[in-house]
Amino acid sequence: MTDVDHQPSRTRVPMPIAALSDPHMGDAARHPARVEKLIAVIFVLAAIFMGLFGAAYTQNWNPWVLGGTLGAGMFLLGFGLTAWGKYLMPQGPFVEERHSLASTPEERDAMAAALVERSAVVVKRRKLLGGLFALGAGIFGIVALFPLIRSLGPLPGDSLDTTSWRRGSLLVDSNGRPVQRETLVVGGVMTVYPRATVLVHAGPQPQITDEGQAVDQTILIRLSDENFVTQPGRETWAPAGYVAYSKLCTHLGCPVGLYEQELELLVCPCHQSMFNVRNGAVPQFGPAPRPLPQLPLMFNDDGFLVAQAPYDQPVGPGFYERS
Amino acid sequence: MTDITPTKRTRRQAMGPFGPVSKAIDELDDRLGVAKGGRVFLDKIFPDHWSFMLGEISLYSFVVLLATGVFLSLYYVPSAQQVVYHGTYKPLDGQWVSEAYRSTVNISFDVRGGLLIRQMHHWAADIFTGSIIVHMARIFFTGAFRKPRELNWTIGLTMLILAIFEGFIGYSLPDDLISGTGLRIGYSIAESIPFVGSYLVSFLWGGQFPGSGIIIPRFFIIHVLIIPLVLIGLLAAHLGLLVRQKHTQFAGEGRTEENVVGSPMFPTFMAKTTGFLFMVAAASALLGAFAQINPIWQFGSYDASKISYAVQPDWYMGWLDGALRIMPSWEFMGVGHTIPFEVLLPAVVFPGLIFTISYMWPMIERRYTGDNEIHHLLDRPRDRPKRTAAGAAMFSLLFTLFAASSTDVLANFFKVSLNATLWFFRIAVIVVPIIVGFVTYQLCKEMQGVHGIGRRKRAVIVRRSADGEYSTVPAAPRPDDEHTELMPEPVPDRIDIEPLSNGGARVPEPSPTGVRQVTR
Repeated sequence: MTDVDHQPSRTRVPMPIAALSDPHMGDAARHPARVEKLIAVIFVLAAIFMGLFGAAYTQNWNPWVLGGTLGAGMFLLGFGLTAWGKYLMPQGPFVEERHSLASTPEERDAMAAALVERSAVVVKRRKLLGGLFALGAGIFGIVALFPLIRSLGPLPGDSLDTTSWRRGSLLVDSNGRPVQRETLVVGGVMTVYPRATVLVHAGPQPQITDEGQAVDQTILIRLSDENFVTQPGRETWAPAGYVAYSKLCTHLGCPVGLYEQELELLVCPCHQSMFNVRNGAVPQFGPAPRPLPQLPLMFNDDGFLVAQAPYDQPVGPGFYERS
Repeated sequence: MTDITPTKRTRRQAMGPFGPVSKAIDELDDRLGVAKGGRVFLDKIFPDHWSFMLGEISLYSFVVLLATGVFLSLYYVPSAQQVVYHGTYKPLDGQWVSEAYRSTVNISFDVRGGLLIRQMHHWAADIFTGSIIVHMARIFFTGAFRKPRELNWTIGLTMLILAIFEGFIGYSLPDDLISGTGLRIGYSIAESIPFVGSYLVSFLWGGQFPGSGIIIPRFFIIHVLIIPLVLIGLLAAHLGLLVRQKHTQFAGEGRTEENVVGSPMFPTFMAKTTGFLFMVAAASALLGAFAQINPIWQFGSYDASKISYAVQPDWYMGWLDGALRIMPSWEFMGVGHTIPFEVLLPAVVFPGLIFTISYMWPMIERRYTGDNEIHHLLDRPRDRPKRTAAGAAMFSLLFTLFAASSTDVLANFFKVSLNATLWFFRIAVIVVPIIVGFVTYQLCKEMQGVHGIGRRKRAVIVRRSADGEYSTVPAAPRPDDEHTELMPEPVPDRIDIEPLSNGGARVPEPSPTGVRQVTR
């Protein structure tokens, strides 16, 4: 901030209430009494709207009335205040001198000298003490960093590589119902989870665990009446035309939730990656880099669809440790 | 006790020449020494140019955010615990939702004024981020970031980045389907960073997505405490530097590198700016009342296996989403590792690059031009064609990417294939900035050459002589032709409103400096 005392003394000039001679001043400024009345009316209206806002709040009227009255009241208060400032208060232009923030070279030298000379006493003559202090503080710093980070959450381990799907996991829908041969017609599609992720409550409906929803979610499509082969080596993976893919997009992990039945494409609504369900969900369009992993299926002895084996690779988007 | 009853007048006089005000200032000054600096502060001059108002919008929308945010925090429950909804909004009745989601729906339907405040908060956040960007554009194109203000440029840019994170975290808090999807994408982006990604997300989320549910309370404390605290600190530094270094101003008659011309802090600027605070609040309130935003009850609680069409983030993240969409699927796999460049490049490296260039711009320009002088007068953008072209190219790049974040909606709307839309944007994102930069450069050059640009044009009279020859002569000056507002009078060290000695009658009074006739 400027130091008033160091400024050259200047003539005191009375500040004008408003620069009436300024041709840019509108009619309003030339007739302050009128402006004053107008602003008074604005403030009275503001008070009325604020009162209405209070009434709307106590009566719990709908949000339109609540926000409308609040907004109108606020706007009028602001408008009146701005008009007051613009038309009835001293208008510029006024001038404020700028003063160099820079110190004199002597002052700069003095500061540098103080820093260097004093630290010379501290550091150069007491190198050992300084070094030992740095050692202690450094060890504390490093040690403090580790528990801080490590206590936040678990190490990823192989959690990103695995899902809850096991050999024999029963496929169930979001209500916990298993899938039979006739559950889907050809062209039908549904989302399935491993039986182990269903929580059964006394409450309204069963619930899929968060992990089941986020990691194990699998999309089940019936492509034909007979065994369906998506790729060589997957001859037994799709009994009765039931093909199952991980529903996690390999781009950024959104659920691949749109199925284009005519084109037989799974579409991710987030960034429009498209996967061809007939050839092993190879990406056909968009930024997804890898096919959706396919879950090998079979019917168990009771005629329900189960997993033949877990996914043979990590599901979802890429990460550094993924091999 | 009532032996001597001093009149009001004598009591006032005993306090000092200005009554209780003198008394209060005496008491304060004895202890804190506020009078001298306070006086200077009251006299601080603010330039009157409209573009100086943009930063005020940011400041005041931040005030609205704090006020509405405190209200919301009284009702919001930061918990991912699954509960069954039984509330006013019947379509959700009996459904499993998270506590965070339930409390946000309750704020919208059961808390009196809750929906209004929620929508005001969301709108104010959009105004906050938007006005910071526009304010920054003004600073950039007029060269206000030059020496000695590089530090304030850095602080402002940091606040923008924090505002974007704050906004993203804020709209993730309701735990609805759309924000949950955004969170999933954010998780995957962080996961894509080589070496540290999977550790980072595992620590932050407390395990593999969706983690242990700890992310909601963590985001809550980041949103309501940590980032706001940092923002307030940076804001104080931002304004403190502004006071210390004083405002920049556009060149004009009477405006030099050595002065600031405008209105004084008290009372003129204070009245206008307080009025403006109310108007920004009014804009938030009216938008909150009449323009629905983020109707989370329609989306449902987050379920990682559900999704909707046209998934897009809030607009200030749109450019990143657009970059993710048009990026080719270049994933590196080999030597036992995966590097998802299709995510890493557009969502981590690219914004990192944009912000690094922005941080370094004052330095880049200083080195490039060799200009190490102190500048208080602003540039007209046309006078710095290269900077203006670079800025325009940068903005056009970000706008094109933003538009690319709606490829699916655009393809649907214009009935063109998604593939054509994608390739259109892949090409546009390279071509548009080049064209915009080139055209801007040429325009600036052209404008520099135009005679009398930036000045009010004097009317001319076209005359036809008796011989049929046409000629033009300048018309007589009109009163408006004189830019009197650009001719400052040297008021200065004291801005006084002297007590009216003549009972308030408004009579012309000669100014001692003779600069201007003053009517009081």
